[in-house]
Amino acid sequence: MKHLLSINDLSQTQAISILDTALELARVSDAPMKKLPTLRGRTIVNLFAEDSTRTRISFEAAAKRLSADVINFSAKGSSVSKGESLKDTAQTLQAMGADAVIIRHQASGAPHRLASSEWMSGSVINAGDGTHEHPSQALLDSYTLRKHLMHGAKDLKGLHVAIVGDILHSRVARSNVLLLSKLGAAVTVVAPPTLLPVGIEKWAVKVSYDFDDVIAQADAIMMLRVQSERMQELYFPNAREYSRYFGLNSDRVKRMKKDSIIMHPGPMNRGLEITADVADSARSVIVEQVSNGVSVRMAILYTLLTGEGIEAGALV
Amino acid sequence: MSKKYFITGGILDDGSKKDLLVSDGKIIGYENPVNSSAEIINASGKIILPGLVDLHTHLREPGKEDSETVLSASRAGSKGGFTALSAMPNTSPVADTAGVVEQVMRLGIEAGLCDVFPIGAVTKNLDGRELSEIGAMADSAAVVRIFSDDGHCVSNPAVMRRALEYVKKFDGVIAQHAQDPDLTINAQMNEGIISSVLGLKGWPAIAEEAIIARDVLLADHVQSRLHVCHVTTAGGVEIIRWAKARGINVTAEVTPHHLLLTDDLATSYDPVYKVNPPLRTEKDIHALREALAEGVIDIVATDHAPHPAENKECEWQEAAFGMLGLETALSIIALTMVETNLLDWKGVAQRFSRTPAQIGRYAHQGGEFKVGEMANLTVIDPAASWRVDRDLVASRSRNTPFHGMELPGVITETFFKGVPTLRNAQLMQKENS
Repeated sequence: MKHLLSINDLSQTQAISILDTALELARVSDAPMKKLPTLRGRTIVNLFAEDSTRTRISFEAAAKRLSADVINFSAKGSSVSKGESLKDTAQTLQAMGADAVIIRHQASGAPHRLASSEWMSGSVINAGDGTHEHPSQALLDSYTLRKHLMHGAKDLKGLHVAIVGDILHSRVARSNVLLLSKLGAAVTVVAPPTLLPVGIEKWAVKVSYDFDDVIAQADAIMMLRVQSERMQELYFPNAREYSRYFGLNSDRVKRMKKDSIIMHPGPMNRGLEITADVADSARSVIVEQVSNGVSVRMAILYTLLTGEGIEAGALV
Repeated sequence: MSKKYFITGGILDDGSKKDLLVSDGKIIGYENPVNSSAEIINASGKIILPGLVDLHTHLREPGKEDSETVLSASRAGSKGGFTALSAMPNTSPVADTAGVVEQVMRLGIEAGLCDVFPIGAVTKNLDGRELSEIGAMADSAAVVRIFSDDGHCVSNPAVMRRALEYVKKFDGVIAQHAQDPDLTINAQMNEGIISSVLGLKGWPAIAEEAIIARDVLLADHVQSRLHVCHVTTAGGVEIIRWAKARGINVTAEVTPHHLLLTDDLATSYDPVYKVNPPLRTEKDIHALREALAEGVIDIVATDHAPHPAENKECEWQEAAFGMLGLETALSIIALTMVETNLLDWKGVAQRFSRTPAQIGRYAHQGGEFKVGEMANLTVIDPAASWRVDRDLVASRSRNTPFHGMELPGVITETFFKGVPTLRNAQLMQKENS
């Protein structure tokens, strides 16, 4: 495996191996000396054509804990924002000897273009492309689910996950639907009909327009960020109506299953898709998702750049 | 005295075996006299078609000469068996005045490889609001009969109605690019299962079908002539079938790429597959092929749309819409329509030469191989095949989606006004300026 562009690039075995590797690497993060020498001398570029502080620093922390040299190449003030083509940027990174490029881009498929062109030869890791995919987010979500709900099992068989919100525009949802079903979980997507893509009937999911129908059955509720510009685009009438039907508030939380958890990829719109008290409640694992993100991204870099994962206990 | 040619051993599109003696631009007989000085062209085993007539070509000149010129498009046309091209008006400046259409016509005459018939813009600067100087273009030396805002839909129904009415004065036709703009804001590809997975904004079939439905009703109401450009959906076919059954004066075209390629090619995110209207599904392809065979769709047109490399070597959503078409068109028709027994060669001649010439009211095109007729014709070897190589195209651009494909049917000769522009599958005019 050279690139991570889509969850479809991973077999079930490879996905589980990344989660196992992340579990081993989490110990590094817990140690007082948070570093492994694995990627010493390797150059990793964070190419962020679209703003995203949290994903960028998560990948940066992951690369640094593996001792890689990290170059941040972000949109603001760089040639990317001055209309330089993706091709020219890629050739520049190639000339600088990048071993891997972590790319966040507003255009769906931009990481595919980098990986399939002959513009550069390093590994390409998709850190979120347009409304397509965000595979590292899905892997950290599955890692979090496994840790909380699977009692030592390797996969997610028997789990029921509800993904709620703007499925149409969500790269997090696309990657999660693919990975959760690959790992054996059942998925229900919940959204107003306007925010579901045409063709969703062919996805491996159940579809519901009614959050209240689903809430009591799910082992995990994954809330998605709703962008306020969707109102101008007529996807729903206003924020209040959206919150009433699709927001997670304390009334709905009361009906959740025992031991079920609440997730959100961030950044949250508190008061729109999730209320502040729910976001900060005991069921919420939102902050933990962030710290798991570093371990999972370490595992992705480790696996792509060394060609193998770490078996359980190997780092002890 | 001009050079004589004797094309011998070939089979005309109607299946009859006939030799053709060509001189002074015309077909002058079916036999070669004793002691004739005519150059012999051996066409045995080959099919002779009237020269192909494209009603939908982007020649890019004036203004976008980095992607194509009238001359380079004419060369690509000669290679593809065309003796007439129709220049879409979305140039810079837009062909919305008599001056620009006459300039394009003159460039075509200077290139001298095929007829170049300018299409005039329906509205000024293609902005969909005010009618362009339609009458002046019709009366100009270019004698424009087809008007289109191609690339843009004439979406305002009142503007479309007036345009349809206005061109009745001189037997003109409005060629509509059917695309509801409000339903396709930032649309990138066919809306369906593939777009949902790829996260590319969908372009629903209904955006095309709603405009076709509205326009056939308008054409009926004002009793005018409508031509629907590049139909891509099974639903659009059904509406046109219904309109024809009602006697509405509508014709329609389909492109070779929409008869072969489907939206799943977008999974590569390679913008060479990005085209307007978008590639659709297997079901649509099936309906389009059937409709072309039945004549519900009247003609094939290429929508040849050259683009410079930088407009395709980028992210999908940044890339330009469009594909090359001239050099591969007849082979794609051979593959999709002839080899599948949906059309015989007579049907191909009808759909790709005679009917387009009729729709455009083009003189001396789409002939019947009668003595005294202009010798515009194409010789194709149906048994041979060739491999498409984007580095060997005559066009200035390389954006062909068929690169690497092995296609049936090698065009060996194209005759324009009695002179070969293509001979032994080689262009006669070497230079590309």
